[in-house]
Amino acid sequence: MRHAARAVLAAAVALWWAGPLSAQDSVARARPPVATPVADSALDATTAAVSSSLRCPVCQGESIQESPSSLAQDMRAVVRQRLRAGETPEQVKAYFVSKYGEWILLKPAATGLNKLLYLFPVLFVGGGLALVVFLVRRWTSPGTGAPPASGAPDDPSDLHSS
Amino acid sequence: MNWKRAVFATLVAVPVIALFAFGFTRDPGAIPSPLPGHVAPTFALTVFAPGEPPLARPMGDTIRLRDQAGKVVVVNFWASWCLACRAEHVELTETARQYAGRPAQFVGVLYADQPEMGRQWITAMGGQSYPSVLDDGSRMAIDYGLYGVPETFIIDPGGRIAYKHTGAITGEILHQKIDSLLAAARPAGPAARTPDR
Repeated sequence: MRHAARAVLAAAVALWWAGPLSAQDSVARARPPVATPVADSALDATTAAVSSSLRCPVCQGESIQESPSSLAQDMRAVVRQRLRAGETPEQVKAYFVSKYGEWILLKPAATGLNKLLYLFPVLFVGGGLALVVFLVRRWTSPGTGAPPASGAPDDPSDLHSS
Repeated sequence: MNWKRAVFATLVAVPVIALFAFGFTRDPGAIPSPLPGHVAPTFALTVFAPGEPPLARPMGDTIRLRDQAGKVVVVNFWASWCLACRAEHVELTETARQYAGRPAQFVGVLYADQPEMGRQWITAMGGQSYPSVLDDGSRMAIDYGLYGVPETFIIDPGGRIAYKHTGAITGEILHQKIDSLLAAARPAGPAARTPDR
């Protein structure tokens, strides 16, 4: 009887001990399916980011991320495949540039002549602001010739009221 | 005072007009390809339309670029839904026949289409003398920087892209390009190809 009780106790201890082990095992087994979607979502995000920077060759001003065309879909698949194979986003973009030229990049790299693309807007805005400041100063400075609109008394009542 | 305004207006207007004039002389659809002059991307694709003797290849056979060393390879991307492909089809198929027995290989690549539709199209067009292959997932099309169909690439015997043609190609252009490449390759043979062609 005592032996039987010991056997039952030993079995219970063994089960208690084995319980956490099996749970651990199941957690370990469950880990890859849990980890895979996380990895995939990161891959999805990188794929979307790279795809958003690549122009769809058969569309008008759309990225391959936005375009529903079959070529854009195939290009997204290539982006994903290359990222999954371990290439960096820059390497993936370089691959497409080697096939389609710089044109494929929606935002051209600021190198070489491309710098002008980024420089011209700054120059135009700066030049425009400088022109405005110059003209306003000239118009508002006394004795150097105010603009005709304010100099000519179009509405005499304005002069009287001031 | 007026002459100053005239000079200022001219200085502003002339560059703008020149920019527009330059822009209007260019075809916005023509995008320069970086590929000509570079080594042609390799491919190994399955025949879905065998072509006709003597240029026929067995159905299901694999056409590999690396097996075409020493030949001029004409790669034509086409689709059954492509109208311009109809315009060039007769000249392509006839030119391919004319180069039978010479070191020139014509390959059709079906783009974004179903093989059955491609075969029906070939039958409706009166046949295709050279084989056509399937490009699953447009991998080859993307490797060749394809914008649309038809596009034709002519690869020299050294394996470099010598010429890319966008739109319907003519027999005259094909003859001109193939003949010049064959003539350039003839004196030295395929073993002594110029590396920077």
